[in-house]
Amino acid sequence: MQNQTHRKAERNQLDGLRPPACDLPRLLAGVGFAISLLSGVSPSHAADLTVFAAASLTESLRTIAAQYQRETGDKPAFNFGASSFLARQIEAGAPADIFFSADEDKMDALDRKGLILKETRTSRLSNSLVIVIASDSLLVIHSPKDLAGSEVKRVALADPKTVPAGIYSRVYLEKHKLWPLVEPKVVPTDNVRAALAAVESGNVEAGMVYKTDAAISKKIKVAYEIEDNPDISYSMAVLKDSREPAAARKFLDYLNSEAAGKVFEHYGFIVKGKPGGGSPASGHSGGSAR
Amino acid sequence: MTAEEWQIVWFTAWVSALSTLVIVPFGLGVAWLLARHDWFGKSVVETAITLPLVMPPVATGLILLKMFGRRGAIGGFLHDSLGLDIVFTWRGVLISLGVMSFPLLVRSARVAFEQVNQRFEQIARTLGAGNWRVFLTITLPLAFRGIMAGVMLAFARALGEFGATIMVAGNIPGRTSTLSLSIFQSVQLGQDAHAYRLLGISVALAFIAVWGSECLLRRAKP
Repeated sequence: MQNQTHRKAERNQLDGLRPPACDLPRLLAGVGFAISLLSGVSPSHAADLTVFAAASLTESLRTIAAQYQRETGDKPAFNFGASSFLARQIEAGAPADIFFSADEDKMDALDRKGLILKETRTSRLSNSLVIVIASDSLLVIHSPKDLAGSEVKRVALADPKTVPAGIYSRVYLEKHKLWPLVEPKVVPTDNVRAALAAVESGNVEAGMVYKTDAAISKKIKVAYEIEDNPDISYSMAVLKDSREPAAARKFLDYLNSEAAGKVFEHYGFIVKGKPGGGSPASGHSGGSAR
Repeated sequence: MTAEEWQIVWFTAWVSALSTLVIVPFGLGVAWLLARHDWFGKSVVETAITLPLVMPPVATGLILLKMFGRRGAIGGFLHDSLGLDIVFTWRGVLISLGVMSFPLLVRSARVAFEQVNQRFEQIARTLGAGNWRVFLTITLPLAFRGIMAGVMLAFARALGEFGATIMVAGNIPGRTSTLSLSIFQSVQLGQDAHAYRLLGISVALAFIAVWGSECLLRRAKP
């Protein structure tokens, strides 16, 4: 026992005399630094960005973020959901750097509360609506009027009171005097992707979602493409309480760039200010009834 | 309080009451079997019944959605042969509430049955009473306090159910919107005053349910 204590005391005495190369913590730090230099990430600061974005942007933003991370090392993380719900979270103080809404109203509301950096606000994207049915459905929809027919018992919409996709759908149906007939059949969902899922599950006969949403789902088919869409406009801005405003502005600029525009078009979004629009990523809107 | 809010309260109360009523015969039956008999696979049944209590409610709701949807095992049959829809209707709410509150009823009732002195039942048998008579006149009255506690617990659970309900029935105003679903939606919409009113009613309802059960239990004291 005494021998062991002696040896321990010896070791303690020798600690301060160990050569620097054998100092483990310093060694690890040095190796870490070297690795980070090799990987091209600046050891000073790779920003973590939080982007609150409309559910319909899920795939396109994830693709863009992956490209952005490869190029700059900044890591955008996303909270996808209904723009109305996200705006509420931001109002309640949720820590977000960028808000990407599916309509201008939600951004206006945040603007009125002084929660955005006005000069960063841009509106680049638009979209269009489609009526979708399950891919194995035998329903025939020649026009939106068929939604009022007796064969359609339930129609899934993102909540027509608050969620942009639902509001656009309601505005369209109101314009065509169909809303009073369709409203009793509406199953309101939390966001546009939930409406899509409801149609996929077969628990509703039809739904109205964005063309871009229909493109990513293989379990539904487009029954009718809407031509005279209401004014659909996506809005993005950096938030005033962002903890990474410089990195956020940089990412927003990237979202406004050519490269990002190509990705959006690939997924079927309409990039404003450019001729025509994009074609859907997967050609599953083929065979839409007209 | 608007008419719409009263409708939500009324709907929540009657669908919770109905779901509790519906599960009582099944709950008591299962509880009695678990209390009185042993059989091969009993522990599996016990565990399966307790699952909705322990699993996340949305997970239970997902299972129900798959089973009772138009393409599901049970829902498909009902839709094709009877034209009956479960998902997105009040029946979906009923089933969600029933499934989620079932384990609570069974656990309380089982304990109550186990505490009934079986000698009384045996004595009744020797005096010529048949199985049902023994159950109705001896077992049930003696187990009454525990069973009522279970029923009240199940009712209270049904009143507050959220996760499974929103999965199976959605939140359709006027048709499947319960108190908890409405509070959630009101907060989402920023209608705080509306949410607080509904919150007040939830508290009041819960208070009445629990207080009522305490009164009943006190009166039923042997």
